[in-house]
Amino acid sequence: MDKVLFSSVSKKFVMALAGLFLILFLPVHLAINFMLLKSDPGPFNKAAHFMATFPLIRIIEILLVSALLIHISYGIYIQIKNWMARPVGYAIGIKTKTSFFSKFMIWTGASVFTFLVIHFSNFYFIRLGFVKGNPDDFYSVAHELFRIPAYNYIYLLCFILLGLHLYHAISSAFQTLGLNHRFWTPVVKVFAWIYAIAIPAGFAVISITIWQFR
Amino acid sequence: MAVQIENTQYMEKLNAKIPDGPLALKWTNYKNSVKLVNPANKRKIDIIVVGTGVAGAAASSSLGELGYNVKTFSYHDSPRRAHAVASQGGVNAAKNYQNDGDSVYRLFIDMIKGGDYRSREANVYRAAEVSNQVIDHFAALGVPFARDYGGTLNTRSFGGVQVSRTFYAKGQTGQQCLLASYASLNRQIKKGTVTMYPRREMLDLVVIDGRARGIITRNLITGETERHSAHAVVLATGGYGTIFYLSTLAVNSNATAAWKAYKKGAFFANPSFVQIHPTSIPQMNEFQAKLTLMSESLRNDGRIWVPKTKADKRPPNEIPEEERDYYLERRYPAFGNLVPRDIASRAAKERCDAGYGVGPTGLAVYLDFRDSLNKQGKKAIEGKYGNLFEMYRTITGTDPYSEPMRIYPAGHYTMGGLWVDYELMTTIPGLYAIGEANFSDHGANRLGASSLMQIAADGYFILPVTIGNYLADQIRVPGIKAEGPEFEEAEKSVADRLDKLISISGKQTAASFHRRLGKIMWDFCGMTRNEKGLLKALELIKDLRDEFWKDLRVPGSLNDLNQELEKAARIADFLELADLLVTDALNRKESCGAHFREEYQTPDGEALRNDADYTYVAAWEYAGEGKPHILNREPLRFEEAEMKVRSYK
Amino acid sequence: MKLTLKIWRQKNAKSKGKFVIYKMENVSPEMSFLEMLDALNKKLVETGDEPVAFEHDCREGICGSCGMYINGHPHGPVPAVTTCLLSMRYFSDGDTITIEPWRALPFPVIKDLIVDRSAMDKIQIAGGFISVNTGAAPEANSILVQKKNAEDAFDSAICIGCGACVAACKNASAMLFVSAKISQYALLPQGRVEAKDRVRAMVEKMDELGFGNCSNTGACEAECPKQIKLTNIARLKREYYKAY
Repeated sequence: MDKVLFSSVSKKFVMALAGLFLILFLPVHLAINFMLLKSDPGPFNKAAHFMATFPLIRIIEILLVSALLIHISYGIYIQIKNWMARPVGYAIGIKTKTSFFSKFMIWTGASVFTFLVIHFSNFYFIRLGFVKGNPDDFYSVAHELFRIPAYNYIYLLCFILLGLHLYHAISSAFQTLGLNHRFWTPVVKVFAWIYAIAIPAGFAVISITIWQFR
Repeated sequence: MAVQIENTQYMEKLNAKIPDGPLALKWTNYKNSVKLVNPANKRKIDIIVVGTGVAGAAASSSLGELGYNVKTFSYHDSPRRAHAVASQGGVNAAKNYQNDGDSVYRLFIDMIKGGDYRSREANVYRAAEVSNQVIDHFAALGVPFARDYGGTLNTRSFGGVQVSRTFYAKGQTGQQCLLASYASLNRQIKKGTVTMYPRREMLDLVVIDGRARGIITRNLITGETERHSAHAVVLATGGYGTIFYLSTLAVNSNATAAWKAYKKGAFFANPSFVQIHPTSIPQMNEFQAKLTLMSESLRNDGRIWVPKTKADKRPPNEIPEEERDYYLERRYPAFGNLVPRDIASRAAKERCDAGYGVGPTGLAVYLDFRDSLNKQGKKAIEGKYGNLFEMYRTITGTDPYSEPMRIYPAGHYTMGGLWVDYELMTTIPGLYAIGEANFSDHGANRLGASSLMQIAADGYFILPVTIGNYLADQIRVPGIKAEGPEFEEAEKSVADRLDKLISISGKQTAASFHRRLGKIMWDFCGMTRNEKGLLKALELIKDLRDEFWKDLRVPGSLNDLNQELEKAARIADFLELADLLVTDALNRKESCGAHFREEYQTPDGEALRNDADYTYVAAWEYAGEGKPHILNREPLRFEEAEMKVRSYK
Repeated sequence: MKLTLKIWRQKNAKSKGKFVIYKMENVSPEMSFLEMLDALNKKLVETGDEPVAFEHDCREGICGSCGMYINGHPHGPVPAVTTCLLSMRYFSDGDTITIEPWRALPFPVIKDLIVDRSAMDKIQIAGGFISVNTGAAPEANSILVQKKNAEDAFDSAICIGCGACVAACKNASAMLFVSAKISQYALLPQGRVEAKDRVRAMVEKMDELGFGNCSNTGACEAECPKQIKLTNIARLKREYYKAY
């Protein structure tokens, strides 16, 4: 049974599914974040409250966290296995021209994870009561954070890395799921480009606007 | 002077065991009466198969399926590397899917005629008969043959025939057939009926009480000599075309296994029948280690020509139509560019020798696709020959879609080989030779796409039946042990010879001797031969052999992976075989198929056969170190095929 | 041309290897890469050294024997050729060429540039076949195969088993190699019958032998001398999912 669950194909399958699920959450988060641009904290805080309390969302939230944990733990497991598969490396590193970022998924992934830890400690953990703060006014928390330049730099850097992670992740996930098509695969690749730029750009626009113009 | 002794008792020694009955029923009759081994007994019988080309892999897997214990040997790291992998054009079969009047009988006649009436009727007929099963089997094994839109199999035509009976997978049919055979071998390895011994080279045969009982191998990684025993030994070790050094064969292909069998008493038949393939990429530089074949199938759509003026140095595309000499179409209007290989090769040599050759060396002719590209379009040509065109471009740096290919003949296939009877058994009981290693079905010249057909027929369908006839008497023989004086003696002689090779400590590399031997063979025993040249070759070979044993340098040790030692051991055998090859060419005072003696030709330069004196298989017998080879003759009788002058005009 | 060769020399599987530098002169651009090494070896033998061990056989790009890692690329920097067909005209006077053996856990070095690739055979043995005994095949034309499928199967079947995909992959994954075989049989009706058993067995064996996981970087496709496509890997995955 574990030969099936932990086969090289299954591991990637699980990772891809979890990853795609996480990817789907991003536009939702982004849409809510856009409410931060309003001068009235009401809508954002209402949305945040809704996300935090609506039962269906709570279920999705559990799924999201599990997906994240699975994605990360499988990612690390696979990476260790991959390193083990070449105990003696080359003197001259592999010069094959491939999608550049595909080679650094573990590192872009790790950066995104680091950001998530910060992010969680700022918001999610407040709600869980791990960290002090007012769970009913994330609007103010966000605005305060975005006024700290250092936070912004980290924030922006992490979103660039997320974009790089996403670009390979989307087309790779489709390939991993065996969804390869003469016509649709190139379309997915274009979509991946757009998605990988648009999502981080959206988050960045919000943070920069608040930082510079509010 | 080539001295030979004729053995007058050849009839006794050379019993081809051809079954009775009409030609078309011989194989059926044989199968009906052959002795069988029951399944329980098969499990007690060991068989050694040496070589994992199509023939060896097919035989191993089929024998494994039958329930025998098979031990299979290859000097490669994997069975999949065997040189059948490089066969390009296709597999012949008498399916008559094209409704062009093909039949088993026609395939048989084409092969007999193509072989210039120097092959055994019963064997050839059987190969033709089994060809249809070969295609069925390969298709079932998943060979991705070319298909028509309706899903049925496609065919194309090949040299020397007027029907379209060649099944193909682009220009990689051999690769696909080999990988299919490799797959069936793998299946038996998984089942445990076949034990695979890769990276082992057979260096001697063990004969006990007149029967083949085992082999001595060298483990190419550790250098250890190993003994392996069995009730029967099957050699599927391929041809010896690399004796020419530059040939279309893989550089490691060699004659050692067959030669050791010869020295242990197996007869060697028609060694001088070596096919020179007309369409290979010409030699480009002096360091070249091999020549690359361009499939004969290209002659379906390519037209061969040279300029009408001598030493015309214009680029081919600047030579107008009326100044081109399509010499094959001119000389052989009926078959044109699709004449058999021997004829196409000699015609190219004739033009080049006369000064019409092209390219920097003048040793090349054009193979031009201009007309087919215009007529069929680039896509159609690409579909048929894409990989070959690509290969040509990679090697030469010129694009055959825009400029004609330059081609020249090269040593390719050896019709000669170990003498076998109808059951594919050599003159040593229990020793079988299959595939290119035997001499059987191609006479003095092989037709294109008959090789894959014959090697698969031997391995899959013939040997697994015929070997039972021998093994049925062996069921009471308990498992053979790899011990006793014969094994000891053979192992010691192998060790001594390797030791001798490594301790010469001369100056020259094995490859340099090989290169020089190849040149002697090509110059004096290649596409055309004459007595004076052959006699000279004998002397040169002897001198070279003496020099080899005095001035060879093999570095490294015996107990290690040592590629120079492997090479040296093979070349030492080639230097002996060369002598036999030339002796056979001297003996055959006629021109037939690939064997062209300049003294025996028609006024217009075609081969002149001498049926009265040479309608026989020359089966040579080893007489001992330094003694002349002994000639045994197996007379050939043609009951079905009428002996004619082979004409493709 | 004058060249500097930096070649990995290792006496056997147990010993430690190191790079040795050789100077080559008079290298003709018409030579193939292996002919250049032949010339080096001739020199080495004549001066009493051991020649560089490397595997090679057909020298026309079909047997899959040759394979070395040249300047950071399996089979060298030119796409779609094997080492034996790599022409020296792609190198320039004064170049330094670094030559290493394939590196992967399942490909231990045997000597110099020769590695043990029997792991690839083991994967094939696990299931890379169609189970039909000699004599049991139906009439060839009774199995109809769509022309397109036959052609696609062919494009997968031309894998030469050289191991360049594994050598090129940053994870030393054999996925392209395995998927080519799976694809060939998956596309043919003959192969469908035992498709599920095949893909399960071959993937399991591949994992067991210690090859890495595929992370879709596409290095294998870029370096494959036979240009086997990544679509094969997607097909392997589909076949695998279907098998459970």
